[in-house]
Amino acid sequence: MSTPVIVNNTAAGTPPPALRKVEARENRIQRLSTGVLLAVIGLMLVWGTFGTAGDAKIALSDAFDAVQLPTIVLPGAVTVALCAVLVLGAALAYLSGRFNKRAMTIAGVVGGVALLIGFITWAAAGSMAVFTMTNQLQGTLAVATPLVFGALCGALSERAGVVNIAIEGQFLTAAFAGAITGSLTKSLLAALIAAILAGMAMGALLALFTLKYFVDHVVLGVVINLLAAGLTGFLFHQLVGSDTAKYNAVPIMQRIPIPGLEKIPFLGPILFNQTALAYLAILMVPAVWFLLFKTKWGLRVRAVGEHPHAADTVGINVVATKFSSVVLGGAMAGLGGAYFTIGSTGAFRPDMTVGNGFIALAALIMGRWHPVWAALMAVFFGFVTQLGQTLNPLGSPIDSQFLLMLPYVATIIAVAGLVGRVRAPAADGEHFVKE
Amino acid sequence: MSTATHEVASQAPEVLHLDGITKRFGSLTANDSITLGLVPGRIHCLLGENGAGKSTLMNILFGLLRADEGTISVGGNVLHLENPKQAMAAGIGMVHQHFMLIPVFTVAENMVLGREPGRFGKLDLNGARKLVRQLSDRYRLDVDPDALVEDLPVGIQQRVEILKALANDARYLIFDEPTAVLTPQEIDELMVVMRTLRDEGRAICFITHKLREVVAVADDITVIRRGKVVGEATPDASEGDLAELMVGRAVNLTVDKAPPTLGKERLVLTDFTVANAAGTIVVDHLNLTVSGGEIVCIAGVQGNGQTELAEALLGTMAVIHGTAILDGVDVTHMPPKKTIEAGLGFVPEDRQRDGFVGDFSIAENLVLNRTTSFSSVGNLDLGRIRSNADERIEEFDIRTSSQSQPVRSLSGGNQQKVVLARELSRPLSLLVANQPTRGVDVGAIEFLHNRIVKERDRDTAVLIVSTELEEVESLADRIAVMYRGRIVGVVEPDTPRDVLGLMMAGVPFEEAARSVEKSRTEHADV
Repeated sequence: MSTPVIVNNTAAGTPPPALRKVEARENRIQRLSTGVLLAVIGLMLVWGTFGTAGDAKIALSDAFDAVQLPTIVLPGAVTVALCAVLVLGAALAYLSGRFNKRAMTIAGVVGGVALLIGFITWAAAGSMAVFTMTNQLQGTLAVATPLVFGALCGALSERAGVVNIAIEGQFLTAAFAGAITGSLTKSLLAALIAAILAGMAMGALLALFTLKYFVDHVVLGVVINLLAAGLTGFLFHQLVGSDTAKYNAVPIMQRIPIPGLEKIPFLGPILFNQTALAYLAILMVPAVWFLLFKTKWGLRVRAVGEHPHAADTVGINVVATKFSSVVLGGAMAGLGGAYFTIGSTGAFRPDMTVGNGFIALAALIMGRWHPVWAALMAVFFGFVTQLGQTLNPLGSPIDSQFLLMLPYVATIIAVAGLVGRVRAPAADGEHFVKE
Repeated sequence: MSTATHEVASQAPEVLHLDGITKRFGSLTANDSITLGLVPGRIHCLLGENGAGKSTLMNILFGLLRADEGTISVGGNVLHLENPKQAMAAGIGMVHQHFMLIPVFTVAENMVLGREPGRFGKLDLNGARKLVRQLSDRYRLDVDPDALVEDLPVGIQQRVEILKALANDARYLIFDEPTAVLTPQEIDELMVVMRTLRDEGRAICFITHKLREVVAVADDITVIRRGKVVGEATPDASEGDLAELMVGRAVNLTVDKAPPTLGKERLVLTDFTVANAAGTIVVDHLNLTVSGGEIVCIAGVQGNGQTELAEALLGTMAVIHGTAILDGVDVTHMPPKKTIEAGLGFVPEDRQRDGFVGDFSIAENLVLNRTTSFSSVGNLDLGRIRSNADERIEEFDIRTSSQSQPVRSLSGGNQQKVVLARELSRPLSLLVANQPTRGVDVGAIEFLHNRIVKERDRDTAVLIVSTELEEVESLADRIAVMYRGRIVGVVEPDTPRDVLGLMMAGVPFEEAARSVEKSRTEHADV
């Protein structure tokens, strides 16, 4: 040991080869439950085949579009039967368990698409009216707008380790603040800013009580939701109820077509003829992703959400970092809340957010706490919600009340059956107490 | 390496003084006016039992805790260390016992966390990778910047911790119980690392309760007991003397035990295979037999399937292949209630989590596994529970003011005595004890070991899982070395440590013995 050189030993600084694996119990349960679910749906489609008569007309553009695309006419019974076969095939692929991961993903996608086409064809077959695909997708984006904002809000707080089930309450407060401010000032911008501030204030409330007073995150989230419902309801009756014209008549955001892009066949009307809020939602997805994964601040946020004590030992101010992320998330929820009043209906009603905050939360979990995946899941829920709207006037065989239930049914199936186990940030919901 | 020496030397490092540090937690005085000097170019060992106050002192030095009294100074300048950032700025670095690394981040991300490179708030990951490579080259500590920390073996994770401290150019480096999770070979490497850093002119503070390591590497030794400095020693002190200083009385470091009297084969494992929840095969076609009247120790680095083996025997993990026969009864797929009835005594790895109910009293915890036999017509028979507690407390020398004291408030050693007392209070066919003396003070270790040997002498088959080689050597009648879910070999308890160490890295016995022999002759030639 004459020359003190640190030895470079045999084990290089790389991971060792993995141990052999068998199918994990949870994966097996998830695979089988998905298979059974698909099989049940497939059988329902088979049953639907017998009641289907006539053609389903699916339009790719509506009457006002610059470029008119042909309307697809699908023979009802044949299409539904074909889709049923595809869904059952996917179910068999899941149940047999003989395929690799890639093949299973393909089976899942084929099964899912077949399910959608089969369902739409079944619902639209025999109707004189046309199922307009552009309207469906354009509506999807609009309906998904608050869900995307909500999911981003959740991503920002939960990545920092603060469980946020108060998105619903943040939506409601922001919707109210936007409505009041918009009515009084007749300014959309002022209304939008008021909504953002309201969302941030509710976020700050959540952050303050969880980070400083160590209140249980879930309990506090419930309380904030109740508080928001109570507070907005009270103020609505006391303040607004007397003079609706003065206090509850908000200017509504208009669709802003983007010149040029809007003329692209099919995609143009869907993506480039939306409200400012919808464009903002689309832009915020990569923005939040960049913030969380490509900036110093994002690295710190994820660090305090995973292992706050480790972050503490490298000199990061854990509480301040969590606080900033939760409040920024509040701003997202504020934008989402603004959709309900200035973005769509133009007036506030008590409890008008009807569980959208919780669906955003479901999207967050299904998207595995990743902003981009969470946003895609939010769009999926938007699609299902809009489906009810689009199918309703077709005089479809389904009861319209049942269609209203669709997004919630989809949530249960998606969260319980298709997602399975997901890994939350390690210290999500935990209190950070210095030793 | 020469440039590094100049760099550090040019900063003319001075002695770091801790002067009269006192820290109280409520009525407990964790540190009682401790005075200590960390000298550049020397390794200072801080020796003390679990709970003696070593970690508290170092957390104060690293700015994680604030002292109630006393000062920390360098060259006459008093340092005010309110948070780790200030400590790091003062040149103090720490390699934590429980690594302060974020498992889902890469090595590079962990390395730069808190002082990330990049402009305008953007994270420059390429810069971070470059930093890792530079440090890794400079100190010849190989590590892949893009590897996820959770995928790395603990030895490499520790390397990342060390590099993290060095990235900050720490001149005073604290190693808090760094050897607890390492193989003997990795410990040797760590000692080389510590010596190198010392020779560069850094001051090293090495916290441990393992006497062998202290004697091997220390330049200065300070012993603390119950928060007080009780003595200083030089590296030529004997292990016995240091142990006495540390515990406060003479201790017997070896276990007195007669040669085993083998009974019939009690536990027979055949192709025993266990998968964890993620489906990873963690115990792989394992074959092992344990007879009555012998202690078999499973040696190995943590995370090689030992814990899963123990849990699968109890019935809390799924056995996917093979059989476990206990006294002729197939217990392979039995739930815990049945295996316990079949005569299995179980001491879990993490007693705080799985060993007892912390808020329950000693008396209640002592009958947790046999509530039916301590009750009549559905009601607990409190009188018998109380008298049982009195007997067990007496028999196991559980130090407590009352049997109604909650177990949470006992010391680690006394908690473990409660667990062992409960498990040994009925006739057993097999005792499985996972890390029976982890976090237990030396005096209690002595007691627990003797009690386990006594159980062996009652013709019980005993299976011990331990990552502490001292424990394995002193308890085992046979040692089974486990690596990546398989048994590498079953060897005699007097097998040399370096052979065991190689086996713990997966080298079969003959090859390990040959390689150790070869390196010995080479050294003899020099």
